Amino acid sequence: MSTKSILNLTVNGKAYEKLVEVRMTLADFLRNELDLTGTHLGCEHGVCGACTVIMNGEAVRSCLLLAVQAEGATLETVEGLADGDQLHPLQAAFQDRHALQCGFCTPGFLMTASAFLKENPSPNDAEIREAISGNICRCTGYQPIIEAIAQAAPEVGGTDKD
Amino acid sequence: MKPAPFSYYCPESLDEAVRLLDEHGDDGKILAGGQSLMPLMSLRLARPAVIVDLNRVPGMDRVAASGDGGLSIGALTRQRALERDAGLPARNPLLAAAVPLIGHFQIRNRGTVGGSLVHADPAAELPAVSVALGAEFVLASAAGERVVSAEDLYLGYMATAVEANEVLTEVRLPAWKAGRLWAIDEVSRRKGDFAMVGVALWADMNGDACEDARITLFGVGGRPVRVEKAEQRLKGAALDDATLKDVERIVFEELEPDSDIHASALYRKEVGGVLTRRALRAASARANGEDGAS
Repeated sequence: MSTKSILNLTVNGKAYEKLVEVRMTLADFLRNELDLTGTHLGCEHGVCGACTVIMNGEAVRSCLLLAVQAEGATLETVEGLADGDQLHPLQAAFQDRHALQCGFCTPGFLMTASAFLKENPSPNDAEIREAISGNICRCTGYQPIIEAIAQAAPEVGGTDKD
Repeated sequence: MKPAPFSYYCPESLDEAVRLLDEHGDDGKILAGGQSLMPLMSLRLARPAVIVDLNRVPGMDRVAASGDGGLSIGALTRQRALERDAGLPARNPLLAAAVPLIGHFQIRNRGTVGGSLVHADPAAELPAVSVALGAEFVLASAAGERVVSAEDLYLGYMATAVEANEVLTEVRLPAWKAGRLWAIDEVSRRKGDFAMVGVALWADMNGDACEDARITLFGVGGRPVRVEKAEQRLKGAALDDATLKDVERIVFEELEPDSDIHASALYRKEVGGVLTRRALRAASARANGEDGAS
C-alpha cells in the first residue's frame, strides 16, 4: 500500500508499465500518462459519457475508475478503432451521416456503439436509442448518430444474427 | 487530480478486507463499482483517507438459488450480470425489471448490487426493491457476521445500519411466490436519470381478492418508503377502479416528500399516487394478458 503504485495494462494492443498515483483516474492516466488524448473528459463525474472506453470487453466510464483498478486489464480507446488510414466502419458511418459536428462527444459515442454492436449486432432503432442514452451530445443532435450506428451495424457486428 | 489524496488497499480476501476496515475505522471507505463513490470523490464531497477496494476479493459476485427457493446475490455482483441473467425474470421478475432502470449500461457494467444497496440513495431502485422483497443483508466484520432486514438497514438519507468496520457480502431474497402480481415504474427527467418518484410493488391474489401486498416508493423521502395503509386497503379487495382510486389517494396522503430542484413535494405526492395506481393496473393487466395501459 502506498499513494503510488506500479500499473501494468494493455491499451489498444500495446503493453504499458507505469508508476501512477493511486488517486489518478483511468481517464487522466490515458490522457496525461499515455498521451492518448482521444478519450475526452466532459463532466468528470459519470454523467456525460465522453470518457467511455472498453475495458475487458465492456464499455465503462474511465472517469469513474482509478487507473490502478485497471491493473492487468485490456483496454480499447478511440485511438484503437482505425486501422492505419482505414477508418473503422463506425467512424466511416459517422462521417457519412454527419454524426459529429464539434466532435467532443464522439469518442464516447464510438466506444459505446462499438461495445453495444458486439453484443447486439442487429439492433432496432429503440435499442440504439437506449444504448446511447448515457452519452450526451450538445451540438450535432442524436438523429444522425442513431443513423450512423444503424448503418455501421452490419459491418461491426458481423453477420451472425444471434 | 480530482480526488483528494488517499491510501489505497486492494485486499484479495474478505478476511483481509474486514481487517483493514477494522484498522481504519471511520477513515476507511469501501470502493466497489465506484459509480457513486468516484463522483463524490472527484467533486470532493467525499474525502476518505483510506480506500479499501473490494474488486479483487474473490467469490463475492455469485448469484445462487437458496435452499428455500429464494436467491442469494453476492454484493459484488455487477448490475449488468443480473441484467444478463436469463433465469432471473422467472426467479424474481420484480428485481429483473428493476435492474435495467439503473443508470445506463456503461454504469451497470461496473456498478454492483451491494454498492447501490448500501450507498442508499433514496432515489435508487434497488434499495426500494429490497424493502419490497423483504431482503436480508449479510454484514461481515472482523467480529463475524450479522444479518439485517432491509427495513432495518435504511435509517435515513444515505444512512444505513452498516457500521464503518462492516462490509455487505450478500443479499438474500425470499422465494418469489407463484402467480404474484408485480410492477416497477418511475418518473425521471431523462432515461437513466435518478427517479423523481418511483414505485416497486407486488400483490398476491386469491382469485380476485388481494391476500397480501407490498408497496414501496423511492425518491419521496430519505429512504425507501413503504405505504402500509395502502397495503392494508388492498387486502381482501379486488384490484378494481374503486380500490385503485383509494390506493392512489392514500399514497398521496401518506407521502411526506421534500421539495428540491428536481420536483416539489406536492408534485411528488401527486405522482406517487398516480404511479402506484398505474403500476397496480399494469401488474393486474399483465397477469390477465392485457397491455396494461391506463
